[in-house]
Amino acid sequence: MAFPEILDARALRQSIDTFVDQLVINYADDLERLSMPLLKFLVFVEQLLRNTPWWLVVAIIAVITWYGSRRWTLTAGVSVLLLFIGAIGQWDRGMQTLALMIVSLVMCVLIGIPTGILMSVSERFRKIMLPILDIMQTMPTFVYLIPVVMLFGLGKVPALIATIVYAVPPLIRLTDLGIRLVDHSVMEAATAFGATRRQKLLGVQLPLALPNILAGINQTTMMALAMVVVASMIGARGLGQEVLAGINRLEVGRGLLAGLAIVALAVIFDRVTQSYGKRLQYPAAKDES
Amino acid sequence: MAKIEVDGIYKIFGPKASSHLDSVKAGTSKEQLLEDTGHTLGLNDINLRIEEGELFVIMGLSGSGKSTLIRHFNRLIDPTAGTIRIDGEEIIALKQADLIERRRNKMSMVFQRFALFPHKTVLDNVGYGLHIQGVAKNAAREKAQYWLEQVGLKGVGDQYPHQLSGGMQQRVGLARALATDPDILLMDEAFSALDPLIRKEMQDLLMQLQQRLHKTIVFITHDLDEALRLGNRIAILKDGALVQQGDPQDILLNPSTDYVAAFVRDVNRGKVLTAHHVMAMPLATLTTRTSVEKARQWMVDQGFDYATVLEGKSLVGIVTLNDLQQANGEIGSLVKNVVCVPESADLESLLPQMIRENVPLAVTSDEGEFKGWVSRDRVVDLVSTDLPKESTGS
Repeated sequence: MAFPEILDARALRQSIDTFVDQLVINYADDLERLSMPLLKFLVFVEQLLRNTPWWLVVAIIAVITWYGSRRWTLTAGVSVLLLFIGAIGQWDRGMQTLALMIVSLVMCVLIGIPTGILMSVSERFRKIMLPILDIMQTMPTFVYLIPVVMLFGLGKVPALIATIVYAVPPLIRLTDLGIRLVDHSVMEAATAFGATRRQKLLGVQLPLALPNILAGINQTTMMALAMVVVASMIGARGLGQEVLAGINRLEVGRGLLAGLAIVALAVIFDRVTQSYGKRLQYPAAKDES
Repeated sequence: MAKIEVDGIYKIFGPKASSHLDSVKAGTSKEQLLEDTGHTLGLNDINLRIEEGELFVIMGLSGSGKSTLIRHFNRLIDPTAGTIRIDGEEIIALKQADLIERRRNKMSMVFQRFALFPHKTVLDNVGYGLHIQGVAKNAAREKAQYWLEQVGLKGVGDQYPHQLSGGMQQRVGLARALATDPDILLMDEAFSALDPLIRKEMQDLLMQLQQRLHKTIVFITHDLDEALRLGNRIAILKDGALVQQGDPQDILLNPSTDYVAAFVRDVNRGKVLTAHHVMAMPLATLTTRTSVEKARQWMVDQGFDYATVLEGKSLVGIVTLNDLQQANGEIGSLVKNVVCVPESADLESLLPQMIRENVPLAVTSDEGEFKGWVSRDRVVDLVSTDLPKESTGS
């Protein structure tokens, strides 16, 4: 038996369409102008990575890995993976994807951590945010890809925005969780000694939540990398575009090589952020190991 | 004016706490309130006077509201009704900025589970109170180092709390509380999480420090032995209400309710009570320069068998009427030596001497001043709780 028609779905659809159309007509130009700094930032990072000699990029990333993890094996492994990306002919596309990753990660951190902090402070804000985060994580990407493309046009910026929307929730959740998990009695001690809210947040809560926040950053990076193929559909260049081309032309080899390069990037991001997080967990743990 | 004055503090936990205040004031019990309204009565009409320089113990079992009460002094918890004055200043009415100022300078707190900052070194933990006051880093570290040494932890400043044992961690907690040089030390079951030997060590440390520093200390515990050992005065809390307050021997010897009596029944009095608590003032005192005739006459008149002989404020010994009968001149040569014990000696340590010879022991202060006598009967009477009543009955 058919479900009785309560709302006119057709009319509802149309009114949503009209609303988005109006939005596009009235605000698309403004939004595009507003998004210009973002675009400039992304282009800058991309040019920087692509114009720097490959060996220098490998060296810089190796140094970062060393400072993050203090482990020679990991540093060597990361370097080998980078060389592997170059060896299978994916260096330039890899750098384009890396640029998209870096910029979206920076944006996710800028948005995610303050939002997470606000959620941990205000129960009301948390109640509002939780369903929004659920929507961001479960709503099929393509559903919001269309209006985003309509508003910002094809290109890097909508790809970036789609990536951020998809990738930022774990960071927000884990920042909130990390702060909430800070030992109640430690917070009480800080209060008893006359710490202000700001001193408690910066001096106690955030440092103690840092391992969780880094786990959030790790998750966010992984999810952002999972978005590269989708992002390439709306004009982001890089490895995703190559995978897409492989699918379109039924060239398994093309798709596989680009796919392997994505996996290599994912492994690099994952291991570096994780080992940095582990190192922060116990400041003195290195003495005992 | 007392250092801390607590007047009519009520604390009700629940969403509509203040609307149930009147019924609590009218006498609704804790159980009744919980059943009728789902609200928990935390504190019920608490009135306290805590004097400057005193170690005031608040004792109660879990759920008695003692931890709630101590959190009112620095307003980690706000009362439903009532006032608290510290140095005459109304604490409950303070604005946030003033409250923070008082927390920084006037009082500090030691916690049951230490509550050290796991991400800071021991030295930075101790210096935390100074750090948030904006004291320069080097000055704060220097002070922190000093207090770390005062609690017997030299050389661990660069370690992290989790590398220390429980006892050492609480020493850090104590040093952290002392580093801001507060007037008032709030100690919330500070030694309860430590094993018995370490706990005793910490009690000794606290008493040593207190002898020098003369802070006003509010000490929470569920352990009566600890309360009796440390406290100048003790308040006993039950179901959020004060049952009795007084000095240790008061609580021990005159429990005001059955509840307190049940509490103190199993206490080892021999360990808790000291010579100071049981001594009696001498009835008859003479000086070494009194003549034998005069002394004899006086003792016969008064009906004394023996008299205490003093030289100034210090004890020389005793003379008995028997000895005086066959002598003349000054009594100095007739004085017999007696065993002296310090005022702070616990009764258990007196027992061997009292059993060996049936003479009273003289009690002297730490400076050697004579204070009084301890008699065997009195000690036996106090140490064995139930025996005397039975023996007098038979």
